[in-house]
Amino acid sequence: MKDERGRTRVVRTRNEFEGEVMEQLALVQDEDAEAWPEGAQLGIVGRAHRRVEGAAKVTGRARYTHDVRLPGMLHARILRSPHPRARVRHVDPSRALALPGVRAVLHRFNTPKTAFRGEETIFREEVRFVGDEVAAVAADTEETADAALDLIVVDYEVLPHVVDLEEAIDDAAPRIDEKGNVHDADRHERGDVKKAFASADVVVEGTYRTSTQLHNCLETHGAVAAWDGDQLTVYESTQHVFGVRQGLHAALHLPLGKIRVLCDHMGGGFGSKGGIGKYTVIAALFARELGAPVRCVLDRREENVAAGNRSATLQRVKIAGKDGRITAIAHDSWSNVGQARWVADPTGPTKGLYDVPSILAHAHRVVTNTGSLAAFRAPGYVEGTFALESAIDELADGMGVDPLALRRHHAEGAIDPVSKMRYSLKRLVDCYDIGAAEIGWSRRKRGGLRGSAPGLRRGLGMASQLWSGGGTPPAYATVHLNPDGTAVVRIGTQDIGTGTRTVLAQVCAEELGIDVRDVRVEIGDTDSTYAPISAGSLTVASITPAVRLAAKDAREQLLDVAAGVLEVGRSELRVEGGALVSRGGRTPIAKVFEDLDNYTVIGRGSRSPNPDDLVLKTFGAHFAEVEVDRTTGAVLVERVVAVHDVGRIVNPLTARSQVEGGVIQALGFALSEERVVDKPTGRVLTRSLETYKVPTVRDVPRIVVRFVDVPDTAANNVGAKGLGEPPIIPAAAAVANAVANALGVRIRHLPLTRRRVLDALAAAS
Amino acid sequence: MPTVRPLGPGAVDVEVDVNGMRAPLHVPPHRTLLDALRDDLGLQGAKKVCDEGTCGACTVLVDGRPVYACMTLAVTCAGRSVETVEGLARDGELHPVQEAFVAHDAFQCGFCTPGQIMSVVALLRANATPTADDVMRAVSGNLCRCGAYPNIVEAALAAARKATK
Repeated sequence: MKDERGRTRVVRTRNEFEGEVMEQLALVQDEDAEAWPEGAQLGIVGRAHRRVEGAAKVTGRARYTHDVRLPGMLHARILRSPHPRARVRHVDPSRALALPGVRAVLHRFNTPKTAFRGEETIFREEVRFVGDEVAAVAADTEETADAALDLIVVDYEVLPHVVDLEEAIDDAAPRIDEKGNVHDADRHERGDVKKAFASADVVVEGTYRTSTQLHNCLETHGAVAAWDGDQLTVYESTQHVFGVRQGLHAALHLPLGKIRVLCDHMGGGFGSKGGIGKYTVIAALFARELGAPVRCVLDRREENVAAGNRSATLQRVKIAGKDGRITAIAHDSWSNVGQARWVADPTGPTKGLYDVPSILAHAHRVVTNTGSLAAFRAPGYVEGTFALESAIDELADGMGVDPLALRRHHAEGAIDPVSKMRYSLKRLVDCYDIGAAEIGWSRRKRGGLRGSAPGLRRGLGMASQLWSGGGTPPAYATVHLNPDGTAVVRIGTQDIGTGTRTVLAQVCAEELGIDVRDVRVEIGDTDSTYAPISAGSLTVASITPAVRLAAKDAREQLLDVAAGVLEVGRSELRVEGGALVSRGGRTPIAKVFEDLDNYTVIGRGSRSPNPDDLVLKTFGAHFAEVEVDRTTGAVLVERVVAVHDVGRIVNPLTARSQVEGGVIQALGFALSEERVVDKPTGRVLTRSLETYKVPTVRDVPRIVVRFVDVPDTAANNVGAKGLGEPPIIPAAAAVANAVANALGVRIRHLPLTRRRVLDALAAAS
Repeated sequence: MPTVRPLGPGAVDVEVDVNGMRAPLHVPPHRTLLDALRDDLGLQGAKKVCDEGTCGACTVLVDGRPVYACMTLAVTCAGRSVETVEGLARDGELHPVQEAFVAHDAFQCGFCTPGQIMSVVALLRANATPTADDVMRAVSGNLCRCGAYPNIVEAALAAARKATK
């Protein structure tokens, strides 16, 4: 048996991460298991299961990075630029260093070179936004470090700046980048757009705007660093412990083996915690210099200027219809990326969601003197879906057809229009059918419905969702089976609130034949096996197949052992409910091991490559019913029906929670969340949770969650795909379409604040 | 109000009842209850999310009333009773509200959870048969960025039903 398992080979595989398709090499061990087929009789996978870390989280026992306290730990705080653009000419830390309790100050004139995201240093000569890092203080207490920041004297040469997206595009704006403020990004062309527009029955054109959204993870970004000789240990609130290790390796020129990164529980990331921050490097540098552990954690206001955001966008969409079909879409986008070197492409849905013959999509990256973007849950797709799906509704109105009926014509294709390859599974039309029935789409009337009181108008709207979510190697896991019949899953993944621990325990228990309660899941440690970033809806589809194979390997070894101990033919044995079962009866696993004196079975598994000839995508549709007050401009979302096609649902309880959460975050984006920056000073005015409006319990409508729940057996051996991002993608567009239906007036600027609604109504009358 | 000795400017001694145990504190008068709990007493269930009274993640009960620990000075709690999420479970058994939060999946990342639970515990002591609206009022000062709100309301109502059965 043994020599047939455990062969390692190198494979080339294709995967998609947040809209980018890439090829990579991965090491794969083992032959893959047959996927659990549709209708398979599974006892644990597919059933609602409470979170395995639930008790830790409700008792306050769960340890987050914020809670890490090490003996002798010092505290670091960061001095940030008050200017949107300036040259740092001189830093005088002497008064800060004289304050009792202050241990050290780092700034650009005394800090070693530390490679950080394409730059050579963490303290730039030219600071480029209000909040950019200028210096850092380490002190005995956080309070002292804070006080010392005010005592550092910095000589700035203030430079011209621009913070607003549309002003930055304008030729009259200061050029803040030597290559200009506007940079070409992705461009896609197919068919003949020009010809399609010339021969169309109806052409609709609109300019859409979305606002900068701030992640506001409740646990702010932060790290605690400690050295033991030349070995560095970092506790970080992160979506990728291995990414943090890589970042520290690059910044500090340390061998990977000298770095250990840990993240037990973490208080939200939503895309913003994909790698190291400057705070990580600062903590590590201070800790090395001072010979003590150092904690560097951002406060809420820093979080909202320097920890990432979803780019504001300006999007122009021109769309053509002929004979009841969409014939062409031209989509140009400009995104305010701050200082980032990448852009979250908003034209992704335009390229791939619908089977439309002619497309011209062109994305632009615009740099400004504001904090940089970070991936934010389905980056680009949330913004782009709003523009695309609004434009399709406008076209449907112009053509006098039902907007859902119009979409159906373009939603059935089995071939991805971008790669021209076949989808592994696509049930978008099922999502339409389920959602339309649930919301009562047949009630929808052009011009909306009467509301529940005079002055109120009611409307229905919908939008579709396209995203990746197929997962990728490399990912490896081990399953240790203890002599008492309990198991430990070890894998270097993270649980960012999505329920990763729980689905891994379920898959392990299912495959191994033991109870979920007998599985412990150990994650968040680079001394464990590699797992990908918890982002891009990668997790479930990447790591559950590896854990399943590790559990299978452990089970097969257990059968080897049991056959010998019980003197029963191996093929007559199976593992079920924590026991070896044969015609002769049941023997608990613990009993099998009784005389073996602490034998440990170690199963290992790896993620197999993705299929070569198929495209892995997730689909969905959201339907919204709203009531809008024409007098006050208030939008009340009454109900959202969210339907998703993401393959097998491993845990319906946590899956439903994830969809509800995605919808609620999308409603914030649609209705209330907007970073406001003061143009003359470059300061973010919405740095607190008082001024930046994330949804409260009062802002939540009735949310109905439905899944197609058909396993994607071609995708991986579990048949599951990612669900983290899909539910945030179409909700804002569905609400905007419902509001337009209710009012008969289109508002092309998110969030749909009362002022924007009233202005649009006034302009229309 | 119990009498308090003149305070400050340096650290002063106060005694607070925390989860039914006497907790002597030696803290400067400006130390918040949140910092005293987390750093002086090692009770890190209450979280520091905003430190300015806008999110509710640090909610604890002082003399049975929910307060933002980040907006409460530790010295003002001298002689008073403070309850935190760590004090709810008894003999290894979860408090009914904690149990309901797990059963109804009323959290995702879990960072706001201790605060949400304390707000619900305070509500149920004052009102054994709350409506959904009562629950929403009780936790409207507790932000949850993961969006667990529907399950939080469900969990609170389920805990109330179970307690009155």
